[in-house]
This record gives sequence, structure tokens and C-alpha cells, in this order.
Amino acid sequence: MPSKISIRIDGELINAQSGASLLDAALAAGKFIPSLCHMKGLSSVGACRLCVVEVAGVGRLLPACTTPVQDGMNVTTQNDKLRRYRRTILELLFAERNHVCAVCVSNNHCELQALATRLGVTSVRFPYTFPRVAVDLSHRKFAQDQNRCILCTRCVRVCAEVEGAHVWNVVSRGVGSRLVCELNRNWGDSRNCTSCGKCVQSCPTGALAEKGFAVEEMTKRPEPISRLANLRGVHS
Amino acid sequence: MSRTITINHVTRIEGHAKIDIHLNDQGKVASTQFHVTQYRGFEKFVEGRPYYEMPAITARICGICPVSHLLASVKACDAIMAVTIPEAGRLLRELLHCAQFVQSHGLSFFHLSAPDLLLGFDSDPKLRNVVGLIEKYPEAARDGIALRKFGQQAIERLAGERIHPSWTVPGGVNQPLSTETRDWILSGLPLARSIIRRTLKTFKAMLDGFPEEADSFGNMPTMHAGLSDYEGRLQIYDGIMRFRDADGKVVASFAKPTEYSKYIGEASLPDSYLKAPYFKPLGYPEGTYRVGPLGRLNAAESCGTPEADQELAEYRQRLGRIVHSSFFYHYARLIEALYASERMEELLNMPEILDTHVRAEAAVNCHEGVGIIEAPRGTLIHHYKVDEKGAMTWANLIVATGHNNLAINRSIQQVAERFVDGNQLKEGAVNRVSAVVRAYDPCLSCSTHAFGQLPMQLRLLSASGETLDSVTAG
Ligand code: SF4
Ligand code: FES
Repeated sequence: MPSKISIRIDGELINAQSGASLLDAALAAGKFIPSLCHMKGLSSVGACRLCVVEVAGVGRLLPACTTPVQDGMNVTTQNDKLRRYRRTILELLFAERNHVCAVCVSNNHCELQALATRLGVTSVRFPYTFPRVAVDLSHRKFAQDQNRCILCTRCVRVCAEVEGAHVWNVVSRGVGSRLVCELNRNWGDSRNCTSCGKCVQSCPTGALAEKGFAVEEMTKRPEPISRLANLRGVHS
Repeated sequence: MSRTITINHVTRIEGHAKIDIHLNDQGKVASTQFHVTQYRGFEKFVEGRPYYEMPAITARICGICPVSHLLASVKACDAIMAVTIPEAGRLLRELLHCAQFVQSHGLSFFHLSAPDLLLGFDSDPKLRNVVGLIEKYPEAARDGIALRKFGQQAIERLAGERIHPSWTVPGGVNQPLSTETRDWILSGLPLARSIIRRTLKTFKAMLDGFPEEADSFGNMPTMHAGLSDYEGRLQIYDGIMRFRDADGKVVASFAKPTEYSKYIGEASLPDSYLKAPYFKPLGYPEGTYRVGPLGRLNAAESCGTPEADQELAEYRQRLGRIVHSSFFYHYARLIEALYASERMEELLNMPEILDTHVRAEAAVNCHEGVGIIEAPRGTLIHHYKVDEKGAMTWANLIVATGHNNLAINRSIQQVAERFVDGNQLKEGAVNRVSAVVRAYDPCLSCSTHAFGQLPMQLRLLSASGETLDSVTAG
């Protein structure tokens, strides 16, 4: 039976369940902490670092999604430094791949775009890297375009943890990291893909999308997947 | 010693161009060259993209007529999916296109060409623009603004967004038409039409005031091409492509879009990123043809709507069955605007247009697709090839200004011969050279698939190649 503990978030005293993450506790208390790789119902991996917060007495920033609450914690979620870090992270995400909102199926329905707007990213101060990355159209129903992938691994986790198919993985390191289907197959040749579309619905950007949708037409609904994950007790 | 004049930055056109005028030893115009100096290579960078992204990508080629690229692109995509789109989808696409005609022809006439026509080719260049127009002819300026606004708002009502609407999709459109929108557009049509009528009247009354321009602005026998239906009635969204020679004889026609390459060849010109399409059976450069308002009205038998047909009859009575001078692009443009407004009313009154089945769905069924429409400036062709997964492997776009490239070149030469004199570029000559380019309402951004609206440059060069004079018109 998880016990109740109290923590302070931005000066406000909040009751939380022990074992919950800082991010969940903050969200439950109606606080806004930006996040991209976190998805309700899936395990947390702390991949995007957008949810970084300051915890009093800890000398470095901590990702709220992977930090469990502890009694008496004193957390700052908003200050100039955190805002600067978060903006910089978003700018780096944009510089790392080829995000062209104007022609993207997810334009206006994209978590990355929405967050950039909300956090006031009006320009990217880093040189774009314009990597050459593959577009995989081999699947009958879905398209994968890594120009728009932010390596959040939501697709990897939803497929492994909820669907049980474990089609997706990440290979290589650093900026060379790429999403791969199984042991680097075309998606259309996958042995395990059930074509359930959970990865598509979980992807925060237009990197995974249904085929045939025109620009701006792809809206996603990750909530039913989160509910299903909770029902199955994938990750509480 | 022969010399060259360059007109840099022809103004009031969309895009970036340069004109060189070479003089001979006697100081007379020997030859002219029209260069388009931007390049973007859309065809190249779309390789590997899913075909259904093409409408959005190609609509970015141009901020002036994105609807044209959208429509040509979705038609090419329909062909790749090998679907016949639902009737309501087809009618709605045509309706959107007509609204764009009203808007674009309004812009071309009032904002870009009316300053020359109403204020005079030799008037003060500082005032020879929309601002000067507002001062001297406030009603005409107001009409222009109102007409354009109506077209824009109709597009916005239909497609939700003024520029780059995402409403047109492969297989049809993504929302049916509501009765409110239908009624709103219907209620705005009478005003639009009265503006067009009024403008036509004014224009016709001025016609006799430009004998020299009518005579030298690309007054030459060429072929003409455009879409029309089986009975020869003007079509702008879909139809049979017809080529008519200077004597009015139909020399070729094809209904299947994929057949375009049998009739249209593309030559590359030195010093220009704009390719020069020509009529293949006649070869290059004999196969020069014109598209756009002048070409379309020459190629078609009739407009197919009552008022426009009346105007067309008068136009032909004044100028002949085949109108040879590009000066009359303006006249033809106004008749077409009238046609588009009448056609909008016809379409909106069809009960089928409210049908809610507006989109067909399919995957890749064909590895190649061609979409041909009549953009306001002329025939627009999108030709795509895809692999079995639907990834683009090749694309070719032929735009209106491309088709007209050879004719524009010849028109410039004609105007220069008539108006350029001596070692200096006189204002009236510079403006007439730019104006003949503007008569075609060229969109150089589209033609080279480049971005931006930049002015034009003129250079006058001697026979030995030294620059005698250079003007940036703008
Ligand atoms: S494809 Fe989408 S869900 Fe998967 S890692 Fe990339 S951005 Fe995340
Ligand atoms: S949401 Fe916490 S690191 Fe991404």
C-alpha cells in the first residue's frame, strides 16, 4: 500500500503517493512541466530531458519523469535557468533532424511543435545538421520518416510493453542514433509487427504516421493506449 | 561596334529575371535575351518523399497561386491512386480554382498592369504603381481591392486558409461544402461580377489608345494551347489539351494527361534556369506556343457561359478569331475573370455540390501520374513517378511561364526593336520591355520553382560585350 508523503513544488505543499515520479506528482497537482519522451502508462526513460527540475540540496538538475518523490523534497519547476535549458533542448532537437512543419502530416497536431510554441522557441541558434535520413514507406498502412524523429522511444516502449511485439529499437550512439525496425529490416518486412498502430498513435511528431494523410491531417490519440497500459498494469 | 542593354529586375512580376539587349554596329537592337536567374530544384529534393506529400510541398513553390500547384498535384496523386474522385469533390476543386482565377486575374490586372494602362507607359515611374493608381483612379483601385478580396475570402471559406490550403487532398477534398459557405459565396458574386463588367468596359474604351503597344508587344504568329471540353468550351480544372496554329487550325489535341510528352518537348536555354517547352512535332524553336488567357481563348471555341461568350464574341470581332498580340493578354484575362465568376455561380447552384461524399481512398495503384490544369497564368503540368511503396522517384513540373518562355523572348525582342534607341536605356523603353514581360503575368518563382519576389534587371550591351547602360527596374 503506497503511503502518502508531502513535497513542496514551487513553494506549494503537495501530497503525493510514495513511489510516484516527480512528474506525475506535479501533473496531479495541476503543475506544468514540459515533457516529450514521457507517456502515461509506459515506463519512463528520461530520454528528452525537457522535464528537468531543481531539487533543493541536489547539485544537478534532475529529470522529473524518472525521479521518485521523497518526503520533504523541495522542487523548483520554473525559473529562468530551467526555461533556458528547455528551450535549448528543443532547439537542438530541431537542429538535429529535418523538421519541416509546413509540409508535415502532423502540422498543428504535433507535440514537439506545440511545446516549442509554448516555450517561446522562435528561432534555432544552432546550425542545422541536415542529416540524410531514410523514409520507410514499406509498411502497407504506415509511414516512418526519421527526418521528424526525436528519439523519444515512445514507439519502442509502447510496442514492447503494451503490444508485446518489440518491433522497434534504437541503434548507434549520439547524433548517429537511429530508430530501427527489428534487426534493421524494412517495416514492411517485419516479422513481429501486428500493424496495431500503437506506435503511430504514441509518436509525438509526424515521424510515424498513417499513410495517405495529407498535410495537417494526422491527429493522434495516445490516451486510450495509456488507459490500456494502466489496465494491464504495465507501469503504474 | 555593337552594344548590349540589360534590363535588370523587371518589376511588378513574381520572381527574378534579367534581360540583355545586344546592339549591333549600327546601334540598333541585334538580339535580346531573357534570363531567369533563380533556381531551387524542387524536382530533385522531393525524391524519396511519399507522393501524398507532394501537394503540400509543391504548393510552397509559389505564394501567389498555391491553389494551382495543389490542384495539379492532387490530380497527379489521383492518377497514382488510379481513382475517379467523387463528383462533389471534383466540383468543389473546380469551384476553388474559379475563386483563384478571380483573385489572381484581379491581382494581375489591377495591381500589376493597370498602372501602365491607366497612368500611361511614359508616366512618372515613381507614381506608376498601385499607390499612384489609388491617387488618380481611386474607384479602379477600390474595385481591384474588392475583387481580389472576394476571391481570397471565397478560397478561405472553402479551404480554411488563404494561402496553401490543405483542403484539397489526393482523392478529392477533405470537407464537404456547407450551405452557409455556398450562400456566402453566392451572395458575393454579383458585386464581383459588376466589378469585372465595369473594368471590361473601361478597358475596351482605352483599347484604341495603345496602337504601338498592341502592334509590338509580342504581335507574332505562334501556336496557342489550352484546355477545353469536347465541344471546345473553355475548361480550367480538367479537359482536353488543344494546340491551335496561328491560322486557327487545331493541329493536335490529347485527352490523356500522360500523353503530354508526345507533344511537348523541353529545351534548355543557355544562361537561364527556365526551360523552354516547345511543340514537339514542329521542333525547337519553331514549335513556339502561348498559354494563359490569350492562348486559352485562342485554343477554345467558346467560354461556355453566357456573358463571357458575349464578350468573347466582341473580342474576336475586334481582333480576329486568333489574337496574335500579347498586349491583349490583359483583355483575355478580364474575359476569363468574368467566365470564372459565372462558372462559380453555375457550380454553386448544382445540388450535387453539397454531397458529403467528397473523397476517394486508395493506395498506390499506378507508378506514374500526370495532373494537368489551367493555372491563371497557363497550363500547369505535374508529372510524378513513384516506386511500389509510393516514394517519389522522379518529378517533372512544367509551369505556365515555361510554356511561354520562347514567346516572351520573342516579344521582348520585338518591343526592344521598336522602343530601344541609342546607347541609353530611356525610361519609356525600359518600362515597355518590362511591361511586355508583365503582360504574360509570368511567375518566375514558379517557373524555376524558386522562392521570393525579386525585381528584374536590364542591361544594354555593345557588340563587343561592354555594358553601356544598366537599369534595375524597381
Ligand atoms: S518515431 Fe516517434 S515515437 Fe518513435 S522515437 Fe521517433 S519521435 Fe519517438
Ligand atoms: S519527459 Fe522526462 S526526460 Fe523526457
